[in-house]
Amino acid sequence: MAFAQRAPKLTKPIPIDRKAADNLRFIRDTMERASSFTAVPGWGGVAIGFTAVVAGILAQGRAPELQFRIWLAEAAAALIVAFFTVRAKSRRLSQSLKSRPARRALLSFMPPLLAGAALSIVLARHSMLFVLPGLWLLLYGAAVVTGGAFSVRIVPFMGLCFMTLGAAAFLLPQTWGNLVLMLGFGALHIVFGTVIARRHGG
Amino acid sequence: MAKSAAVKTLKNKPAPSLEQVESSVPNLDRVIHERMRLGIVSALAVNDSLSFNELKKLLQTSDGNLSVHARRLEEAEYVECEKSFENRMPKTEYRLTARGRKAFERYLNHMEALIQAMRER
Repeated sequence: MAFAQRAPKLTKPIPIDRKAADNLRFIRDTMERASSFTAVPGWGGVAIGFTAVVAGILAQGRAPELQFRIWLAEAAAALIVAFFTVRAKSRRLSQSLKSRPARRALLSFMPPLLAGAALSIVLARHSMLFVLPGLWLLLYGAAVVTGGAFSVRIVPFMGLCFMTLGAAAFLLPQTWGNLVLMLGFGALHIVFGTVIARRHGG
Repeated sequence: MAKSAAVKTLKNKPAPSLEQVESSVPNLDRVIHERMRLGIVSALAVNDSLSFNELKKLLQTSDGNLSVHARRLEEAEYVECEKSFENRMPKTEYRLTARGRKAFERYLNHMEALIQAMRER
C-alpha cells in the first residue's frame, strides 16, 4: 500500500490522473460514437434550401390550391435530395445506414412527419390550406429535434428554429404563408446547412 | 522522516512504470481496464445489444482481436452473447449483463477517484 501511495512523490510525477482522464475520454468517445448518428448532410441541407426557394418563387401569388401542389412537389424533391446526401455522408463517415443509431434517428424523425402528413390531408379536405405553412414548419422542426437529439447539437437547435418560425406563422397574416415557407425551408436550411457543412465535414 | 521499508528499497530501483503503479492500486478491474474490452463495454452500455460486426466496425478492429476480448468479457460474465442466423449468416449479438454494468460503473468511479486523489495531493 505504501508503495502505491508514495511512489508518485518519490519518483518523477507519474501522470496517473492523466491516464485516468484519458481512459474516461476514451469511454465517453466510444459511448458517443456507439449511440449517435451524425451523418446529417450540410450541403444537402443547402441544396434542399435552394429547391425550397425555387418552389417559393414559383408559388408566389398563385392560388392556394396550386401553391399547395407546388410545395408538395418540393417536399418530394427534398426527400430525394435528403436520401442521397445522407447516404453519401454516412458512407464518408463509414456509418452504416442500417446501424442502430441510424435506425433510431430515422425512427424518431418519422412520427412528427407522419402526424404532419395526416393532419395535412384532413386540413386540405376541409379547405383549410392556410394552416399548413405553420403546421409544416412546426412538425418538421419537431422531427428534426427528435431525430437529431443524438446528433451534433446544432441539429436539434435547427429544429427548434423551425418550430419557432412555425408557431410564429400562425400569428402572421394568412397571405404570408408562402413567404414563411420560403424563409423556413429555404433560408433556415441554407444557413444551417452551410454551418453544418463547414463545421461537421460536408 | 521515517519511511517504510518498501519506500527505501524503491530508491535503488528504477522508477516504477505506470502499469506497475496501476496494478498495485487495489480493486482495479483488469478485465475492463484493457482498451479493447473497455471499448466493448462502453459501446454496450449505451445500446441494448450490438452485433459482432457492429462492434467490429465501431472499434475498428479485426475479427480475431474482437472475439478474443469478447470471450474474456463473457468468461467474466460481463457480457452475454446470443448466436443466431440471419439470412443463413451466423449472427452474434452481445449484451451487457447486470454484473457487467455494475463493473463498468465501478470502473468509472475508480477513474474519477484516481483523478480526484491526484488533485488533492
